[in-house]
Parts: sequence; structure tokens; C-alpha cells
Amino acid sequence: MSRPPSGESRPGRGRRAIGWLLAAVAIFYGRLRRRRRERDGEDAEHRVHVSSPPPPGHVAPHPEPDSSAELLVAALLLLAALFAAGFVVVYAVFSPGSMPNQLLGACIAGSLLFLAAALVVVARRLVASEEIAEDYPREDPEAQEEIAQLVRDSAGGITRRKLLIGAASTAGGALGLAGLAPVLSLGPLWDTRPLDATPWRRGRRLVGVDGKPLRASAIEEETFYSAFAEGWDQEDISSLLVVVRLQPSALKLPRGRESWAPYGILAYSRICTHAGCAINLYRKPRFPVTEPRPALVCPCHYSTFDPADGARVIFGPAGRPLPQLPLMIDVNGYLAAAGDLSGRVGPAWWGVREQPA
Amino acid sequence: MTAPSRQTACSWLARAAAVLTLVGLAGGVTTALAASQNGIVRPSSEPSTPSLELGRQLFSANCASCHGIAGEGISRPRIGAGVVPGAGPPLQGVGALAADFYLRTGFMPLAGIHDEPANHPVQFTPTEIASMTAFVASLGKGPGILHPEVRRGNVSRGFQLFTEDCAGCHQSLGRGGYVTGARVPPLQGIDASEIAEAVRIGPYLMPRFPASQISESQLASIVRYVLTTNKPDNRGGWSIGNLGPIPEGMVAWLAALLLGVSCLAVSRRLRS
Repeated sequence: MSRPPSGESRPGRGRRAIGWLLAAVAIFYGRLRRRRRERDGEDAEHRVHVSSPPPPGHVAPHPEPDSSAELLVAALLLLAALFAAGFVVVYAVFSPGSMPNQLLGACIAGSLLFLAAALVVVARRLVASEEIAEDYPREDPEAQEEIAQLVRDSAGGITRRKLLIGAASTAGGALGLAGLAPVLSLGPLWDTRPLDATPWRRGRRLVGVDGKPLRASAIEEETFYSAFAEGWDQEDISSLLVVVRLQPSALKLPRGRESWAPYGILAYSRICTHAGCAINLYRKPRFPVTEPRPALVCPCHYSTFDPADGARVIFGPAGRPLPQLPLMIDVNGYLAAAGDLSGRVGPAWWGVREQPA
Repeated sequence: MTAPSRQTACSWLARAAAVLTLVGLAGGVTTALAASQNGIVRPSSEPSTPSLELGRQLFSANCASCHGIAGEGISRPRIGAGVVPGAGPPLQGVGALAADFYLRTGFMPLAGIHDEPANHPVQFTPTEIASMTAFVASLGKGPGILHPEVRRGNVSRGFQLFTEDCAGCHQSLGRGGYVTGARVPPLQGIDASEIAEAVRIGPYLMPRFPASQISESQLASIVRYVLTTNKPDNRGGWSIGNLGPIPEGMVAWLAALLLGVSCLAVSRRLRS
């Protein structure tokens, strides 16, 4: 196989492969259904001609009790309950900041899988089923009684009914509980402060993409810089910043933030407060007399923030300003935080819009 | 479209005439100037080689009502020679780099001061552009025309840098787009110098990227990548406008869905 000269070929080939795969699945599925229908048709004919009339009093054949199947179903249901309970346990044990999402997913998936397996076994081995061709009946108390008998008899093969009902309600209950567990995060029961924790403390330096601390004198006007918290995970959304520099005379920051922008250098959270995209558009006028004023713009839905005015929203769907980081210049001339961010980082959710940012 | 352009032409003419009068009064210009259809005013007999003098004449006639007669800039819009107000940034110290970029891309001259500079048809001949570039460069010490070493650039590194710094506005394959307040131009059909100069200038609302942020070698890689977007290698066979992975993915899924549905329909037909 020859190596493609550029990386573009692979997505192209991949897309084509996906297309072929889907077509193959569709064709296979169609043939499978046809075959199954043919087989069912034969069976129906077979039954009509060959089957003997049902014994009086029993419309459906009374199935033999299958105790091994009953035990299997009970075991599967209990396993489903166990996995669902596992979800609740994991959710309770781990702190919100370090929630293992894969483990949570595995718990729910396992629970649903075992539940499905239990239902399959019930359907195949415990519940009797029979297809019967009959004329459409007139109103007939006898026939009604027959139907009732049929319904009663269909579960006639189950002897440990209580066990199965108990197992099923345990599984259902545990799953329901697992579904409700996240509600805890809203309430006062849990300590949700880790969700708001940021790396920013007075004195923590800002570093660039290369991990080197940003020198205040290297920050120029009319451009923008990505910055992170020094010694912190770059993937942590509260660590991501966008740094710009404006003329100090052009700033009109909210009251109390007068000292947050030394030499006109401003730092804002890079995460849009609307849907959590990364702000990576910075528009700045070449000739401010005739051109729009500087703005930080989110590429997803064009939320536009005014960096001179504490990242006030001047256009778009965002509901609150970008959180601002108070800056200072340390003794070595590097940019450092002078405190924590002014508001919650990340997209808007219930109640966040009302908070002053 | 005819009315505004005629008006523009008239204003250019009027402005040019007034500037001419001024300059003439000052005793600066002795060469006769004539206006062409598009409003550009040029000497009736032009030298065939670039010269500072030609640049000065063209600048006085075509640029000065917005940028000032000595390139000092006009910060408060004022009715210049014509009825249209003129205002523009100072050009002292911008160097040959800016003049070369704005004139060769057709970004300048602008029809109105509130217009967004864009890739309009180039209004001047190469000789004229070279002359005006020399004149603007003579206004103050500034950077020269850029000649990035494209062959030393690395396409894959360029793509990476382009994705980080440029694709937010220009799209991953440089097809352009929008930012609030401006159209973002596509990057096809422009040469290496123009691409590099745009990065350093930051025309209109675009940020500029100084050498402290994008080094010369990184710039060469970016330029090389942008040049490859002229003829992208569409291995899939269909470019879908080269707008990036999202429309491509949408089309792929739509096509797969259609294929699947038609397979189902055909199989159902065969069965009945």
C-alpha cells in the first residue's frame, strides 16, 4: 500500500468506506427480513394444516415449568440492579471535579444490558406463545372467558412468580434510583464548590501555548494571545485565557476593576459563556475612526464581547460577560493573576446568568 | 450599481481636481494629469520605469484626500476635495510593506471611507504600484516588501499554525467567512508576499501577528499552506466547497442515508 502524500486522503477514503458499509448493512438487513418472512410464512401454513385443535379449556398449550430459566432471569435482574446501584455508589463516592464518566457509563450500560438479557430469556423460555388462526368472533362470553384463560395460562409455566417479581422490582428500582442520582448535584447536600474551582490565585503566572511565562512587555496591541495557568492542566477550561492589549485610555472597565489591566493588558476566560466554545476570533480596527471597535468573537454563534468594557456582550446569544482575570506584573516582569476570575467559567446554565460576572 | 459608481468616479475626479489645484498652486506639479474612467488620476505621459516622482504625483492625486498630502493621516472625516468625506490612517512609517499589500490586492483605493477594503480589481499598473510603494516607503522608516521563503516552509506545520491563529475567521481551507462587522476574505489567488504582508499588517478588523508571535519560519509555513489551498488535494473526489469537515460530514451522512433508504426500497420491491 502506497502512502498518500497528504493527510486529506484518509477522511475522504473513510467517508467512502462508511458509505459502502451502510449500504452493505442495508442490503443485508433487507435480505435477512425477506428470509425471515419466507420462513414465517411456511410455518404459518404448516400450522394451519397440521396442528390439532387445542384441548378443551386450554387455548394455549400449558408449558412445562422451567425452573432453570426462572433462576437465570432472577440472576440477570439482580445483576442489572447491582450495576444500577453501582452507578449511585460511583456518583456518591467521587467528587464532582473528578467524576469518572466512563465508569458511570459502564454502570448504566451494564444495567440496561442485563435487563435486556433478562427480558429476552423471559420472552423465549417462560412465556408461552402460540399463533392461532380464527374467525373474527361475535360477542361471546364463552370466547371472552377463553381469552382470559389464555392470558392466565400464558404465564402458567412460571412457578416462582414472587421471586421474579421481586427481582424485577429491585432492578427497576435501582435503575430509577440511578437515574435520579444526578439530581443530588443540584441540591445543598453536595459540596459543589469544586465545580467552581479555578487555578487562579494571586501570583500564579500566565504561560503561553509553549508553556513559557508571558512577559508583559512582549504583549503587543492589535493582536491576541492564548494563555494558560502555569503548572496547570491545559485541558482545564478554567485555565484557558485570551489576552489582549488596548490603549489604557480606551478602557472603560466596570467599577472596582480599575487596577485589573496594567498597561491596558486584559485577560478574559476563553470559554464562551453561551455554549462553551473557545473564543478564537479577535477583531481589531486598523483605523478606529471608521471601523468597528475591538471585540472578542466566538466562532460558534458569533457572541461578541467588548474587551474594553469587561467583555460586555455587544452581540449574539451569550447571556453574560466573559469572566475577567485581574492581572498584575510580578517583580520579574511576567504577567500573573492578581486574584481569581470575576465569574463562573463556562457555558450558561440554570441560574448562572443571574450571577454578576 | 451604475449610479453609485458614477458618483464615486465623479467624487474622485472632483477630489483629484481640487488636489491638483492645491498642488499646482504650491508649484509642485508641472506634469499634466488626466483622469481615466474609473476615477484614477494619472499623468498624461507616464514614464515606463518606476520613479519616486511618479509615485508622489499618483499619491497626491489619488490617495492624499484620505491619507493627507504628506501621508500624515486624517483622523476626523472632513469634506476633502469632493463632496465625499475623506479620512484615513497615517502612512508615515508603514513602509513599502503596507503600500505593496494594499495596492496589489486592490484593497486601496476605497470608494468610501466606511467601506471594507476587499479584493477589488487592481486600479494601477505594476509600474505605478512600484512608484507609489517607493513614495510611501519614503514617508518614514518602515518595513520593506516581504518575500517569504515559501520553499523552506512546512505545509503540515503551516496547517497547524493556520488552524490555531487564522482558521477561526478564514476557515480551515481559507475559504473566508464572516466575523461580526466584516466579511472575511477567501485566501485564494493571492501571492506569497501578499499573504505574509497581511499577517504582519492585520488589514481592517484582522489582528496583526508580529514576529514575536509568528516567527519568519512559521510565517513561511503558513504561506506555504495557504498557497496549497488554491488547489486542495480533494481525495474524496468532490470538494463540497472546501468548507471544512462539517459540511463534508453532513453530505457524507446524507448520501449514506439516501443510499440506505434506496437499498431498503429496492429490497422491498424485489420481495413483493
